[in-house]
Amino acid sequence: MKFSRPLLFTLATITVAMLAACGQEAPKTPAASTAAAQELVVKIGHAAPLTGSQAHIGKDNENGTKLAIEEANAAGIVIGGKKAKFVLLSEDDQADPKTGNIVAQKLVDAKINGMIGHLNSGTTIPASKIYFDAGIPQISPSATNPKYTQQGYKSAFRTMANDVQQGKLLGEFAVTRIKAKRIALIDDRTAYGQGIADEFEKAVVAGGGKIISRQFTTDKSTDFMAILTAIKGDKPEVIFFGGMDPQGAPMAKQIKSLGIKAKFLGGDGIYTPEFIKLAGADAEGAYASLPGVPLEKMPGGIAFRDKYKAKYNMEIQLYAPFCYDAVNVMIAAMKRADSAEPAKYLPEIAKTQHDGVTSKISFDEKGDLKGGAITFYQVKNGKWEVIETMGGAPAVAPAPVAAAPDKEDKGHGDAGSAGYK
Amino acid sequence: MDIFLQQLINGIVLGSIYALVALGYTMVYGILGLINFAHGEVVMIGAMVALAVIHALAGVALPGPIIVLFGLLVAIPACMLLGYGIERVAYRPLRHAPRLAPLITAIGVSIVLQNLAMMIWGRQYIAFPSLLPTANFSLGEAHITGLQIFIVLLSTALMAALIFLVQKTRLGRAMRATAQNPEVASLMGVNTHQIVSLTFIIGSALAAVAGLMVSAYYGLAHYYMGFMLGLKAFSAAVLGGIGNLGGAMLGGLLLGIIESMGAGYIGPLTGGFLGSHYQDVFAFFVLILVLVFRPTGLLGERVAERA
Repeated sequence: MKFSRPLLFTLATITVAMLAACGQEAPKTPAASTAAAQELVVKIGHAAPLTGSQAHIGKDNENGTKLAIEEANAAGIVIGGKKAKFVLLSEDDQADPKTGNIVAQKLVDAKINGMIGHLNSGTTIPASKIYFDAGIPQISPSATNPKYTQQGYKSAFRTMANDVQQGKLLGEFAVTRIKAKRIALIDDRTAYGQGIADEFEKAVVAGGGKIISRQFTTDKSTDFMAILTAIKGDKPEVIFFGGMDPQGAPMAKQIKSLGIKAKFLGGDGIYTPEFIKLAGADAEGAYASLPGVPLEKMPGGIAFRDKYKAKYNMEIQLYAPFCYDAVNVMIAAMKRADSAEPAKYLPEIAKTQHDGVTSKISFDEKGDLKGGAITFYQVKNGKWEVIETMGGAPAVAPAPVAAAPDKEDKGHGDAGSAGYK
Repeated sequence: MDIFLQQLINGIVLGSIYALVALGYTMVYGILGLINFAHGEVVMIGAMVALAVIHALAGVALPGPIIVLFGLLVAIPACMLLGYGIERVAYRPLRHAPRLAPLITAIGVSIVLQNLAMMIWGRQYIAFPSLLPTANFSLGEAHITGLQIFIVLLSTALMAALIFLVQKTRLGRAMRATAQNPEVASLMGVNTHQIVSLTFIIGSALAAVAGLMVSAYYGLAHYYMGFMLGLKAFSAAVLGGIGNLGGAMLGGLLLGIIESMGAGYIGPLTGGFLGSHYQDVFAFFVLILVLVFRPTGLLGERVAERA
């Protein structure tokens, strides 16, 4: 990392030199220069872990982003009287905060018009300062740690409910739906895992449940026998895990092999087809939540899933629809402002009213998604099936706990139906 | 007490996997004085090849364990070939170069293998299909699965076989001679190049077995899985005294048990001040302590037994 500054400086120098070279060439061919003048190049930055243990989820984000950008190019959008050509600059942040800052600086130096990302809260939060300082609008599709939008950066938005919303409803779900009193917590010590576990803990305690044990792991571990054994001694009814599927799946297996009877519950990080594939029969009965209503219930949700599958020949992993929405929110703001200048279209993002694939997207004054609903799923017969949708009230704060017992009626419609087919 | 027993079981299973991988590091170090950082990646390739075969055979009407055995039978030669190739391409040309050079190529090979695996098998986690019987025995409140017992038994058997090979056979004597002094050994008619190649081949075969074990135990394989495992196994080899076969086994077992006990008891012992995320800190703290008082590792001084 010591080399980052000189390296970036070199990169910047090369970029400047190349730009200068382009500038010199342009006047020689007037025809080309007018063609270029009619075309507006809009650079969209993207960053996610494209290598390492979360690479499959990072690639999924990139795919979702790319799909939206290709569609926008095909649609022939005109901004400021010129035909807009959207270019994706995708970087690998390795889910590492240090690398995240390096690629953020690199993207800023490449003069991106807007930023989609990062994937993890741990990379998004430090990088958000770099985008803010450069005045570049940033929409994270999946960073759910509350801190991201609490720093007072006007450039930061997200298209997913944050962990205050999600963790709170998860806690209520554990106490009121699973009816658990003794709950054990594990988190992976990342900004996401720790954040959602903290909010979960608060909601459990508020709901009258008891946190009997709190254990920790990392986002690179596969062996949880020791911490699960420690938890086992405390006889929990529910084990909550704040983390991602590469840890969640082996954890579910090891829970079963240790003969622990507790229910396994996780956040959006384990709501993936991968989780079921990896944990096999031991995934059965596990619960997870995902911000938003089920894809099948969204206008255009199934169309998006089919489009994605046709293009990439694989299932959506996790956040691709949220990335797709993030790009479209950004482009719609550019259209309304009739400019791709960050300073000009940034205020338009804040005014967003967008019918997205995931939900109707609008932001509160901090840049958080308004009224994010949370849907709960359970693995039944090797598939994630919808249990119910909670929250989704227009306020940022989710619906109060008092109404919990009759929440089936309050949810985003069709609560409790097993419509995931 | 049940909890303690369970933690002990956890530690022994984890430790036998570490030990098996650690043998690969320690054998190469014993002979060449080289840390083969690509060894973790050989484990990963072993798991990947085995899983590819297992998935290809998944539809065939054979009992699960037989399919897994086929996977292993393909993975072992594949890894042997890989180990031989790594030695020929990355290390042999640098035999007389400064010690830093092969260390750097080792890291290079490790990165190349990771990326190669990513290109071949993709970024997805590869699931280990449920082919093995899921027997689960309980000892009071503690549980042990058939797979765990099998892992410990197979590791022990392989380690015993390796010790026999090194201590009792002609080949083993040639290996020990090469470890002590390659020049003199070659003057005595030992083909040292061949011995070095064989060391890599044997280590890689063990790595293939370890790879399959790890993926069966955790239910998954991934192109990145070799990195952390390699690091832990390397630490285990250093803990036991690198270059010493018995040391690698002792170090592996100890590291596994220390990790399990650390994760299980560090919270209660410190009154909740330190949590289980300190399990690695705890394990490496023990490693540092051992190295301060015994810089050669626990069994490191018995140089003559190097393989």
